[in-house]
Amino acid sequence: MAMSGMRGLSVFISDIRNCQNKEQERLRVDKELGNIRTRFKNEKALTPYEKKKYVWKMLYIYMLGYDVDFGHMEAVSLISAPKYPEKQVGYIVTSSLLNENHDFLRLAINTVRNDIIGRNETFQCLALTMVGNIGGREFAESLAPDVQKLLISSSCRPLVRKKAALCLLRLYRKNPDVVNVDGWADRMAQLLDERDLGVLTSSMSLLVALVSNNHEAYWSCLPKCVKILERLARNQDIPQEYTYYGIPSPWLQVKTMRALQYFPTVEDPNTRRSLFEVLQRILMGTDVVKNVNKNNASHAVLFEALALVMHLDAEKEMMTQCVSLLGKFISVREPNIRYLGLIITSLKDPDISIRRRALDLLYGMCDISNAKDIVEELLQYLKTAEFAMREELSLKAAILAEKFAPDLSWYVDVILQLIDKAGDFVSDDIWFRVVQFVTNNEDLQPYAAAKAREYLDKPAIHETMVKVSAYILGEFGHLIARRPGCSPKELFNLIHEKLPTVSTSTVSILLSTYAKILMHSHPPDPELQNQIWSIFKKYESSIEVEIQQRAVEYFALSRKGEALMDIMAEMPKFPERQSALIKKAEDTEVDTAEQSAIKLRAQQLSQTSNALVVPDQHPVNGTPPLPAGQLSLVKMPSMSSNVDDYPADPRLSQENGALATVNSQPPPADILSDLLGPLAIEGPPSSSVHPQPSTTSELEGTEVEATAIVPAGVQANSVQPIGNISERFQALCVKDSGVLYEDPYIQIGVKAEWRAHHGHMVLFLGNKNTAPLVSVQAIMLPPTHLKMELSLVPETIPPRAQVQCPLEVINLRPSRDVAVLDFSYMFGNDMVNVKLRLPVVLNKFLQPISISTEEFFPQWRSLPGPPLKLQEVVRGVRPLPLIEMANLFNGFHLTVCPGLDPNPNNLVVSTTFFSESTRAMLCLIRIETDPADRTQLRMTVASGDPTVTFELKEFIKEQLVVIPTATRVPTQPPPPTPPVVQPVSAPAAPTDPGALLAALL
Amino acid sequence: MIRFILLQNRQGKTRLAKYYVPLEDSEKHKVEYEVHRLVVNRDPKYTNFVEFRTHKVIYRRYAGLFFSLCVDITDNELAYLECIHLFVEILDHFFSNVCELDLVFNFHKVYLILDEFILAGELQETSKKAIIERMGELEKLE
Repeated sequence: MAMSGMRGLSVFISDIRNCQNKEQERLRVDKELGNIRTRFKNEKALTPYEKKKYVWKMLYIYMLGYDVDFGHMEAVSLISAPKYPEKQVGYIVTSSLLNENHDFLRLAINTVRNDIIGRNETFQCLALTMVGNIGGREFAESLAPDVQKLLISSSCRPLVRKKAALCLLRLYRKNPDVVNVDGWADRMAQLLDERDLGVLTSSMSLLVALVSNNHEAYWSCLPKCVKILERLARNQDIPQEYTYYGIPSPWLQVKTMRALQYFPTVEDPNTRRSLFEVLQRILMGTDVVKNVNKNNASHAVLFEALALVMHLDAEKEMMTQCVSLLGKFISVREPNIRYLGLIITSLKDPDISIRRRALDLLYGMCDISNAKDIVEELLQYLKTAEFAMREELSLKAAILAEKFAPDLSWYVDVILQLIDKAGDFVSDDIWFRVVQFVTNNEDLQPYAAAKAREYLDKPAIHETMVKVSAYILGEFGHLIARRPGCSPKELFNLIHEKLPTVSTSTVSILLSTYAKILMHSHPPDPELQNQIWSIFKKYESSIEVEIQQRAVEYFALSRKGEALMDIMAEMPKFPERQSALIKKAEDTEVDTAEQSAIKLRAQQLSQTSNALVVPDQHPVNGTPPLPAGQLSLVKMPSMSSNVDDYPADPRLSQENGALATVNSQPPPADILSDLLGPLAIEGPPSSSVHPQPSTTSELEGTEVEATAIVPAGVQANSVQPIGNISERFQALCVKDSGVLYEDPYIQIGVKAEWRAHHGHMVLFLGNKNTAPLVSVQAIMLPPTHLKMELSLVPETIPPRAQVQCPLEVINLRPSRDVAVLDFSYMFGNDMVNVKLRLPVVLNKFLQPISISTEEFFPQWRSLPGPPLKLQEVVRGVRPLPLIEMANLFNGFHLTVCPGLDPNPNNLVVSTTFFSESTRAMLCLIRIETDPADRTQLRMTVASGDPTVTFELKEFIKEQLVVIPTATRVPTQPPPPTPPVVQPVSAPAAPTDPGALLAALL
Repeated sequence: MIRFILLQNRQGKTRLAKYYVPLEDSEKHKVEYEVHRLVVNRDPKYTNFVEFRTHKVIYRRYAGLFFSLCVDITDNELAYLECIHLFVEILDHFFSNVCELDLVFNFHKVYLILDEFILAGELQETSKKAIIERMGELEKLE
């Protein structure tokens, strides 16, 4: 068996390998860490060998994924050791444990500098390596001159100089000012005369970084690069050890050609001729061979040469040759297929990497002649493409349609089709853009309106389609009013049909549309007017501030008659500007070492060919700011002021949740603000959470592992909830935020706001582990009296991430039934399924109200008896002091009104109950207790609705009998669906596949 | 440039991790987890390149070990693919017929070799002979 040369270290590694599960490993690691800590406390007693051994052990433990922060100091201090073995460990382990942002690194800066300027070559190498790998700004500023000296020193071995070259590259990347262009350009050119290919390879990387920032200063390096390329391509004077499968250093060839691509042209005719000869040789001399390594290496060189030719060949001397060569590659596998055809075929390749490239290429080669074909192909493909690509596909299709549209109606068609086929993946920017286009092109408006009208006829349309259709019909519906089925009333009915199915952000748009339709109906239609007014009236009490404000304002405005015409007139044209979509595609940040290389190459590759364009979507939390320019007739307190108190930045967790969204730059403000002006559109937050494909293959692997290594019966792994679920539920019945459920893997928190018969609840799903939770499913099982809408729950919750799922609730009728959330997920092989009662209970729709004697008695008397007023003697009441009972009632929003009843043993209680069917309903309750027997009482409940009376009476009875004070454990949980945890676990499955120690070899 | 290099076995155990960009520990764990998932599930018939966040991972599998390099999106894929193979050849030469266990018990040597091969996220030396000789020099110093 291979041994480390350090017995203690080998024994420790063996021990770890022999651990049978993660827990054992953790114990062994903890023991070792304890030991290391103790030993380091008495550092003087440690021999250098022991120190070295312990620091290596720490690195091993760190690789296993454990925290070894306490050891940073020990590792750093070893750097100052006088002897090589300890110093070496200090440098290497520090480079692995720390990064440039660690403060500890500063402690070493003096030692590092002394090692660099000292005479010991080995120490120089160690120091240069560490600085090259993790050196930060401070290192750059203090060490760059010394490193430069080493690089050009004639007394240093190539060994030191190649390290110095790359160390300088690192420092330059951290702070470009450390390399003084004037003095350095000549030195750099001299460096390229280097014969040692190791030094040359390193120097070439440095050159690429330098020319990418400033090619003019390094003009003198250009002919030298051509010379180097000639030397390599002709295999002149290349030591055997630098050829790879017979090819003279393919890496140096590639780097050299990369450096050449940063020079815009090669002006000197001789140099140009030499370069083209070399390139010709590469293009013609590369054949497909059997050996895969040789093949890869020669094609690495070939592809770089092609890129260079395309960059330099303004006169198209060699371009035809390149194109035919590309054609040759393609025909190797797929003869007689048109290039375009081939790429479109590649869109269907099973490998996503190829599909992405094919999409890029199609996007890059699209022009006015083929746009129709390509866009239609993309639309076709959209239906079958996997989720990870749909967003990008729709963005690209939208951009191409806009850029190359042969006529504008085609553009409108494409975008509407796009929304229709892939609404979930169409970012707001796309439909904002089509609205802009239609607004700015009068000829297009009737066509767009008619198209929007057509889509509304479809039975089930995507919400984005509702938004765009409503917007267009609101603005331009009157242009088609004479066509059959397009009268204001018909349009209104068609749009209004969709209202019950849409989210709040769309409701806002619909309200604007209604206002506009109303304004455009000539002559005014009193029936339509009443209908729309009653809708505005209804939404005046909406829980959403935005909707409420619009409803109030539109109602007030629409009563002003003529004045309405000015305020509600058509939107003015949008200022012409670059498409925000194209801008977005161009701005997409590509994070590379050489920034300007991207721009250069991007130009060659026809503007925007990087595959990483994913429209950003910021989940919108809370209410949007009031749009500028909107009349503010009503000021409302923000309903969401305390939503943010919940731990974890929602946006961060959303980004974690969506692995496919890579772009975190803020949305282009300009286009948004235009549209936000009149509309205040909110993107639904759920749309940025893409379902992740489940990972069955990995799970299979785990199972195999488990049977191979873990003895049967070691882990009977059933998932137990932490805390009492029933108790948590009861607590949440009186509170509006807290934990609903928790087990070792997940915590589910809720936070709710209630307003009249509306509720807005957010479920916080937090993964507590370093592994993801997969197959996450949340199904709402609402009782008939509640209308509940749970936003999309992602299928995977990434490690340590929290996702938020908003849940909208509308209380339709009085009822005590409870909503159940059927929640399940997989962790490793464990399938966990729980049914959780949600704290959407009757008392959430009660609002406390205080009532005076003068108000109470007439009301009380006006409700004579059953079914509006019910009386019952309740026995078996948990004995409570009167004051505690009063607190209990107040906790449920049942206001105790003292002094109304002359008998001090009685309580009089009032409240308002809200539901859609009953609206606000005043409820009055009288409780008569018997001081001699506190286990019984007489209760009278009265309200204007028999169901409310009955349900409220039963509800209060349940509370009095069950004693649901938050501090006590309920003796018997009330009926519907007791929570069940069902671990469907494979026998002896380990919880963490990574925990299994591989013993494969 | 190379952002990081990972050696992982099929179960996702990290055998070597070298980062040339500053990342926090938690982020490293996430990266290692995600890269493993990305490469282990890919069909062997597919390309050896796969996009990862704003970069791309060039990977190659040798027996039960995955060697993954994360590089810039514009970098030359084939050149880095062969860079992995060269590294494996160096390891093979140094350990004479390398296997996973060699890398487990001699992880510290692997770090040393890597430091002679790649520095600051760029190739430093492509001669196998030069690296093996250098390792010989260093062993004498210990």
